[in-house]
Amino acid sequence: MSHTNRGLHLHPGDTAPGDEIAGGREVVEGLLGYLVGLALATLITVVAFFISQTTLVWQPSIPIALFVLAVAQMGVHLVFFLHITSGPDNTNNILALAFGVLIVLLLIGGTLWIMYHMNHNMMPMEQIMRMQQ
Amino acid sequence: MSAAQGTAERGPYPIGHDATEHREPHAEHAERGVVSKRIIVGYGFWIFLLSDIVMFSAFFATYAVLSDATAGGPSGKDLFHLNTVAIETACLLLSSFTCGVASIGARAHNDLMYYGAMAVTAIFGAGFLSLEIHEFAGMVAIGAGPSRSAFLSAFFTLVGCHGLHVTLGLMWLLTMMAQVFAKGYRADILRRVLCFSLFWHTLDIIWIAIFTVVYLMGAAQ
Amino acid sequence: MLGKLTWAAIPFDQPIPLFAGAIVGVILLAILIYIALKGWIPYLWREWITSVDHKRIGVMYIFLAGVMLLRGFSDAIMMRSQQALAFHSEGYLPPDHYDQIFSAHGTLMIFFVAMPFVIGLMNVVVPLQLGVRDVAFPTLNSVSFWLTATGALLVNVSLVVGEFARTGWLPFPPLSELRYSPGVGVDYYLWSLQISGVGTLLTGVNFVTTILKIHAPGMTYMRMPVFCWTALAANLLIVAAFPILTATLAMLILDRYLGFHFFTNDAGGNLMIFMNLIWAWGHPEVYILILPAFGVFSEVVSTFSRKPLFGYRSMVIATMAICIIAFMVWLHHFFTMGAGADVNAVFGIASMIIAVPTGVKIYNWLFTMYGGRIVYATPMLWSIGFMITFIIGGMTGVLFAVPPADFLLHNSLFLVAHFHNVIIGGVLFGAFAGYTFWFPKAFGFRLHEGLGKAAFWCWFIGFYLAFVPLYVLGLLGMTRRMQHYDVPAWHPWTLVAFVGAVAILVGIIFQIAQLVVSFRHREELRDLTGDPWDGRSLEWSTASPPPAFNFAVLPNVEGGDAYWTIKQRVLEQQTLAAEPEYEDIEVPRNSATGFICAFFATFMGFALIWYIWWLVAVGFVGAFVTFVAFAWRDRTEDVIPADEVARIDRINRSARSAALAQMQPAE
Repeated sequence: MSHTNRGLHLHPGDTAPGDEIAGGREVVEGLLGYLVGLALATLITVVAFFISQTTLVWQPSIPIALFVLAVAQMGVHLVFFLHITSGPDNTNNILALAFGVLIVLLLIGGTLWIMYHMNHNMMPMEQIMRMQQ
Repeated sequence: MSAAQGTAERGPYPIGHDATEHREPHAEHAERGVVSKRIIVGYGFWIFLLSDIVMFSAFFATYAVLSDATAGGPSGKDLFHLNTVAIETACLLLSSFTCGVASIGARAHNDLMYYGAMAVTAIFGAGFLSLEIHEFAGMVAIGAGPSRSAFLSAFFTLVGCHGLHVTLGLMWLLTMMAQVFAKGYRADILRRVLCFSLFWHTLDIIWIAIFTVVYLMGAAQ
Repeated sequence: MLGKLTWAAIPFDQPIPLFAGAIVGVILLAILIYIALKGWIPYLWREWITSVDHKRIGVMYIFLAGVMLLRGFSDAIMMRSQQALAFHSEGYLPPDHYDQIFSAHGTLMIFFVAMPFVIGLMNVVVPLQLGVRDVAFPTLNSVSFWLTATGALLVNVSLVVGEFARTGWLPFPPLSELRYSPGVGVDYYLWSLQISGVGTLLTGVNFVTTILKIHAPGMTYMRMPVFCWTALAANLLIVAAFPILTATLAMLILDRYLGFHFFTNDAGGNLMIFMNLIWAWGHPEVYILILPAFGVFSEVVSTFSRKPLFGYRSMVIATMAICIIAFMVWLHHFFTMGAGADVNAVFGIASMIIAVPTGVKIYNWLFTMYGGRIVYATPMLWSIGFMITFIIGGMTGVLFAVPPADFLLHNSLFLVAHFHNVIIGGVLFGAFAGYTFWFPKAFGFRLHEGLGKAAFWCWFIGFYLAFVPLYVLGLLGMTRRMQHYDVPAWHPWTLVAFVGAVAILVGIIFQIAQLVVSFRHREELRDLTGDPWDGRSLEWSTASPPPAFNFAVLPNVEGGDAYWTIKQRVLEQQTLAAEPEYEDIEVPRNSATGFICAFFATFMGFALIWYIWWLVAVGFVGAFVTFVAFAWRDRTEDVIPADEVARIDRINRSARSAALAQMQPAE
């Protein structure tokens, strides 16, 4: 292709996922974004590891706390590393992400719910195998 | 790749239109013109990544159901070493950061930044992998391999699938370094760097789910 | 050296597959030699095999589907004849054989007939309807096709080298585990589907991106033809569902190859997880098949009622509703497996709810026809046939959604009748409607109408003769997949069903005849203007067949039914719009990547099935190197100079001007 290679001027409109907002940013600003993301993610990770091993927190709440922290950190990644924002140029990206999240929730939630009931109603496997003999 | 160059030649994806999707609907001239190739490629790869996430969630769902099926063998609590997991997590998180630096470097056509950050990303990635391989080998050696129980099958598959993705990612990373070296910061090469960074960041997101659900919850029982 | 592969793999002791394989082999060889002697190989290589043009790829998909339909149908007629004969008798197919036949029948029909047909139609039509030059990732498109072809090839190779699975079209464990299926049959199934599954997933990514990101100027989402909306929904489902299939088959592969315990009977394995996951894929899969067919009907019904589609907005909403709800009903495929009343109730209700948007669509088609001036061309016949047949099939489906009813009918022939009702009546009729509708666009000449109508009637009557008895048999208690039986009440019905299968065979013969006759008479049937049906959407604004670049200049879209608006203005002014300013057009270069990748994938798949590990490595390395080589190329596009564009376009313009004199604007 004979396009010249004078840097990347994304034309206004949609933004590709993972790209910064069009218009060319200072390198420093870009780095700052990643640094903030790194710091937040590290903080959340440390808290998660700590909570999972400590007895200071009410034990039954630990799985939920871990789950919330995981979701928060995924959010940090999405915003600071993948540059997913709520701007109008990102709508398609967010919709796709929402669709994916819906499918994941249906699949995991549905499977857990279904399998819980299946396992509850099913004879233990060892018993079934003994019936065959 | 410069957009909107006025009389730029029209490719299969003409990018001369200034239309945006979110102009007022009553705008007379072209709405929703064709967008740039970078956006198309980025979006397509994003969709692919979402499909990959669905695949991982199938493995996650299976793992969740089978997490108690230890068949009298060792469970997560017996097997997982959280220190190792912490180091692996740090490796991946830092590699995500350096990958971000590399993508800035690529867009700025800055050799030092690009090659340097990519190399560091590779080192962190390789570090992660070697720790994980070591962990797997250790488990197999004590008879806690994937054929021991359904729980272990699910564990090795879920975590191993992620590790396989990291391996493929490393191969891709090296290829991207070679491509920039051979062909410079050409527009299509930069699009692939964008895709690679999307891939690499997503792997870290999946790792968040893995270390939370598999290791932290598994070891906390 | 050759893993498990020995001479014993070839069924020398089984006359039927041996014979069938030999005949097919001879025919294929004869065709290849004929092509080579005629000097067509360079043409085929340049224009078809390495083509990345969506129109060519679409045609190849449909060709693959047609050929596989013949194979799948021969399985069907064997099954019908076996059941007609096997009353107080062993029939002529031993159980071992019969099991492979019904497994191959289902596998081929779903994965290598219905999917390629539907994907092929989307390939040919969607970019043209959107007013653009190609899909988002043309070379990836080629890879998708060739990987699908690889899968089809592997399944067919199993006929003569080894065996096929005996587990049905979905390999439920523990039967599909190594312990109870130690042969290579299930492995053929698994690898064939894993490989073609990659191709299908890439198609999903390709089309979602194309439909959401690449449009002609002015083509907003709410101005897209409904076929594009249904294509979008179907491809979103592909992206969401096929990874689940990949994961589930991978787990079964791990169980069989590396001794994992996902679904085994021991060490904590849980076979129900397979059921759950495979149907979490399986249900969206049937919507992937039917949604494009719905889209075809929207196009055909509005064109042949000579009216805009009724209720465009509600069609779009219904389509996207079906897309989402499709992911919430999957348990209805295993109501009887013990999830309990609460779970069954929720999924049962959801399964009934999903019938509502489909009903909306049917009403919209009916209202489109009402008050229109209907033309009973072959595509319209298929559409009307669909409406009658699919409604019946859908109603039996809603009956199945009631768990207590399902407990009685599950896995009986009533179930078999239901899903054939909706797949043949829905997907296949839709595919045939689309095929007859868009054939002129793809090839430049129309199909013979008389033979088309004959084919339709044979299929329509044959379908009812073949499957209504199955409903009765199901209610009489006959289970599916029976190799023999001795209940007298069943026998007359199996005979009628066999007659129905023969009627369908006649229909297929008519379709083949139609192709041959139409080709012979192609000059008389030539589509000169590109608009043989007085169409409404943009594909009819191009020549037939369209040039490589589709549109000389991307059209400016001003409303729904984009081409209709343009056409009315032209008819009123009795002159074509002014000649556009022609410019150079870049088209993606051909690439052998798809073909070569598939070549290595075939060897890899075959090697994995037969445990030939060195060949697996060779195949993998080969595919990877091909990929990298493709990534290394410098020239990705060819340029068609403006003069050439002008020359091609002017041919079509003059044909249309000539036809203009005889046309009237619509009232």
